[in-house]
Amino acid sequence: MNLIHNIPFFSIFLAMFAGIVTILIKDGDKARRLHLSITVVIGIMSFILLMYTYTKEQRFTFMMGHFPSPWGNELKAGPLEAMLALLFSVVMFLSIIGGKHLIKKEILPEKQGFYFIMMNLIFGAMLAIIYTNDLFTAYVFIEINTICSCALIMAKDSGSSIIATIHYLIMSLLGSGFILFSIAMLYSITGQLLMTQLKGSIMVLLSSGEYNFPLTIIIALFTIGIAIKSGLFPFHTMLPGAYDSATTASSAILSGLVLKSYIILLIKMYYCVFTINMIRQMRITNLLFFLGLCGMVIGSLLALKERRIKRELAYSSVAQIGYIYMGIGIGSDLGIEAAVLNIIAHALAKALLFTVVGRMKDVSLSQDFNHCLKCAAHKDPIAGIGFLVGSFSIIGIPLFAGFASKLYLAIASFISPAKMASAFIIIAASMILNAMYFIPPTIDIWSPVHESDGNYGPRAKVSKSFALSTTAFIAINLLVGLNYKYIVHIVDIGIQLMH
Amino acid sequence: MTNMLRFLTENHYEAGAIILFGIGFLNLLLQDNLIKKFIGLNIMDTAVYLFLVSQGYIAGHTAPIATVGQKALASKFINPIPSGLVLTGIVVSVSVTAFSLALVQRLYKKYGTLSLDKVLVLLKEDKEDESNP
Repeated sequence: MNLIHNIPFFSIFLAMFAGIVTILIKDGDKARRLHLSITVVIGIMSFILLMYTYTKEQRFTFMMGHFPSPWGNELKAGPLEAMLALLFSVVMFLSIIGGKHLIKKEILPEKQGFYFIMMNLIFGAMLAIIYTNDLFTAYVFIEINTICSCALIMAKDSGSSIIATIHYLIMSLLGSGFILFSIAMLYSITGQLLMTQLKGSIMVLLSSGEYNFPLTIIIALFTIGIAIKSGLFPFHTMLPGAYDSATTASSAILSGLVLKSYIILLIKMYYCVFTINMIRQMRITNLLFFLGLCGMVIGSLLALKERRIKRELAYSSVAQIGYIYMGIGIGSDLGIEAAVLNIIAHALAKALLFTVVGRMKDVSLSQDFNHCLKCAAHKDPIAGIGFLVGSFSIIGIPLFAGFASKLYLAIASFISPAKMASAFIIIAASMILNAMYFIPPTIDIWSPVHESDGNYGPRAKVSKSFALSTTAFIAINLLVGLNYKYIVHIVDIGIQLMH
Repeated sequence: MTNMLRFLTENHYEAGAIILFGIGFLNLLLQDNLIKKFIGLNIMDTAVYLFLVSQGYIAGHTAPIATVGQKALASKFINPIPSGLVLTGIVVSVSVTAFSLALVQRLYKKYGTLSLDKVLVLLKEDKEDESNP
């Protein structure tokens, strides 16, 4: 077997193994260094895998252990999976180095080792969700993802973070319950758990027309489960408290990556187990399209009302998740490609925004942007520029990553006149609302503390790790924004290979 | 009505699982006491395991364990895969429950109550104190 075919397994194994090794490391700094090294190694391996699968236009199966399908377990990797693994590695690395100072400050020294155990495990779980070809394995890693997410939220150990964690846990477990029930029902009518075999069995069932109703219920249960876990409106209530009370790096990773890993599993289900035409015929896409549109508007309106910046960013995530579901709800390959493009753009922009907000909060000692974040951008100009780039990308201004995804979402909506009209109106309204809720904090962070004397106060001491992280995030954001056609091409090949 | 009753008795495992799932779901959503909420979650999980394991059961067949000196015949055994899945599911469920109870214990130490409503009121007061020192 080709050595490169082992990369998906080694990526998951390395992250999980690092989590186990970290138990033996008491020192938080060493644990962080180990985590960062593992992230770099997995990032390089994912890049090699991306080049390999992209140039060969290949999606291969990796057999786990010695049992072939349908008895054994399998991983599957193509250009889309490799690109997402690379994205996750990069965002994870940059979020940790960007939030390094706050991790040290906000998490008790004796708990920092545990924090990085969770970081390694969550990374491994997300990679497993991306690569797995087995539904029950996906469920197990969804649960690992849930527990690790909760541990990351409560790492600060304050009253509000414990409440936020319980809220997040209850909602997540509710979602897991639906997912598990749908998997159990699917197994009961097909007798399969591997996605490839499931697809074959479902095609036979569909042609007989015997199990259409149970299949609709199964797809609906799975979709609702994933929608709850990924915070689609109206299941978004767990997000603001969780992101507000968690430390910066946790908020960046939870918002930028964890929510997306569930959506990627949903897309894989729609292509590798069912077909997108079948989902469209069952009108599940219409429901997702409607909820996506609601999320885009209501998330933005709630963000507009919010005075705490991290809660505002959480509601902004609700709106962006709405964009992604709207893309899926269009129910075509192009719609899914636009949704994946939005996953990439949002992961880069939101992780950047949480990182810079953490820094600004640190230099200004508050996060109420009405007055206390004032002047924060002058205290650390890189944070100010990072905030501008992140917000421009979320709004969808050309040259930034977010623009391409919104453009493709609009193009994809041409599939039906009704969807096109509603998508165009809501995208335009949501972009205006995005701009409206980002304008007040942007003005505040660049304003002097007292308008009358124009006093900006002293500059904060430069944080090298934060500067490196923010500069890299800005560069990648612009790179994706300027070269989005290459990304779209990779996503397109990845989606076509999943058919 | 008779048909429905016959359907329910024929599929009593599945019907029981769905009723249990509903009970667990409502407990998880509506209970104010956090311990009861997590008991609801456990009932919900158990319902899924009952559903899943009943799919692998074949009346009259035995557990797939080969006896020394006797030929192992697949046709005499139940389907072992759902049982294996349920075992994995139980491990996941136990971990989640342990984690949830640890969280509840921590919350109780901080606020002295298990009522979610009361904790939310106390949390709100804490936040007001923080903003008006």
